Amino acid sequence: MGALFLRDVRLGLRAGGGALVGILFFLAVIAVVPFGVGPDLKLLSRIGAAMLWIGALLATLLGLDRLFQADRDDGSLDLLIMASDRHMLPLTILVKCLAHWTVSVLPLVIASPLLGLFMNMEPAAIGATALTLLVGTPAITLIGAVGAAVAVSLPRGGLLVSVIILPLTIPVLIFGVSASYGAVEDPAPFLAPFLILAAITLFFAVLGPIAAAAALKSSAD
Amino acid sequence: MRLIAENLGGERGGELLFSGLHFAVSSGEALIVTGPNGSGKSTLLRIIAGLLSQVEGMLRLEGAPAAFEGLAAAAHYLGHLNAMKSVLSVDENLHFWQSFHGRGQCSIEEALECVSLGEIGHLPFGYLSTGQKRRVSIARLLVSDRPVWLLDEPTAGLDKASETQFAGLMRGHLTGGGIIVAATHLPLGLEGSKELALGGAA
Repeated sequence: MGALFLRDVRLGLRAGGGALVGILFFLAVIAVVPFGVGPDLKLLSRIGAAMLWIGALLATLLGLDRLFQADRDDGSLDLLIMASDRHMLPLTILVKCLAHWTVSVLPLVIASPLLGLFMNMEPAAIGATALTLLVGTPAITLIGAVGAAVAVSLPRGGLLVSVIILPLTIPVLIFGVSASYGAVEDPAPFLAPFLILAAITLFFAVLGPIAAAAALKSSAD
Repeated sequence: MRLIAENLGGERGGELLFSGLHFAVSSGEALIVTGPNGSGKSTLLRIIAGLLSQVEGMLRLEGAPAAFEGLAAAAHYLGHLNAMKSVLSVDENLHFWQSFHGRGQCSIEEALECVSLGEIGHLPFGYLSTGQKRRVSIARLLVSDRPVWLLDEPTAGLDKASETQFAGLMRGHLTGGGIIVAATHLPLGLEGSKELALGGAA
């Protein structure tokens, strides 16, 4: 399993891995917001957390369709499925999701404080947003694994994956943003939405790989 | 150890390709599956590998070594695709499959020597020629031990010398008590193997 994690991380980092695409997209989205919204610093700092979350959500969706398709194209997926007696398939998928998250989503979380400065956010809000992104984005990847597994046999499944999983990621977005606001706006709570966000991630850490495994097994042809 | 199929039937895209297949392959034996294009050779191999489900019939592996419980767990599958990443080096690819499938008797260097590719372990897999890629894929069969080899057109892209070499590797596997099921158009150079012809009517 460690070998699979290492392989996927290496693949993501080498040329053509696409790890940079997400972060460039994230940077582009956040960099154009101040131009679109205008120079109202107060407004920017108010919508900052929400814009960071929306940007991170969309950037995460970008690379997800390749999660299993690359393995299917070269035949590795068959062998991963065949090895399910030795390595449980949901566990294999969980490891692939973790590797994908480490390579293409963790950089977004790390870059988010810097981009928070673009949005004139206060330090507490920046910290809270980075923390909620760290806890919440794994859920997006894990939900995305289900969509990627369903669309694995479609040659241009990228858009379909995003459409399938977008409704399911809405709760992550809602609780992520409300926890970020809760950290700076006084009457709003921080801990409650943050804990729900953590619960969503843990829930999909179990359900996502199992559902994706079922989809992959039935899609083999 | 025996691989037994009884009344096996397989379909592809809703169309029945074969039905009522019976065969039994024991340790040290090879089964060569022949037939015209589209007669269901690959489908049969994928059914044996557990990647497709059969329409009817039974498939079982009797007396498998304790470490390999199901048929899929006891089988190496060499399909049309090589299951290697082109941006990773040959060594990295083989190293991954070795740790994922479990360490066998052969080390990676020995396996590459067996397919005469000892010198190129450091090259990215994508740089190799078609035949060299196939030979790396064959080396994957050697780095982890599986009693059953399922080979789908294993010699596609290989030159004469590599074919002879691969025949030697297969004979070695059979002598060690293994089973080979191979789908092919070309003679594999295995004497005394059983033959199963698919799609005679088609």
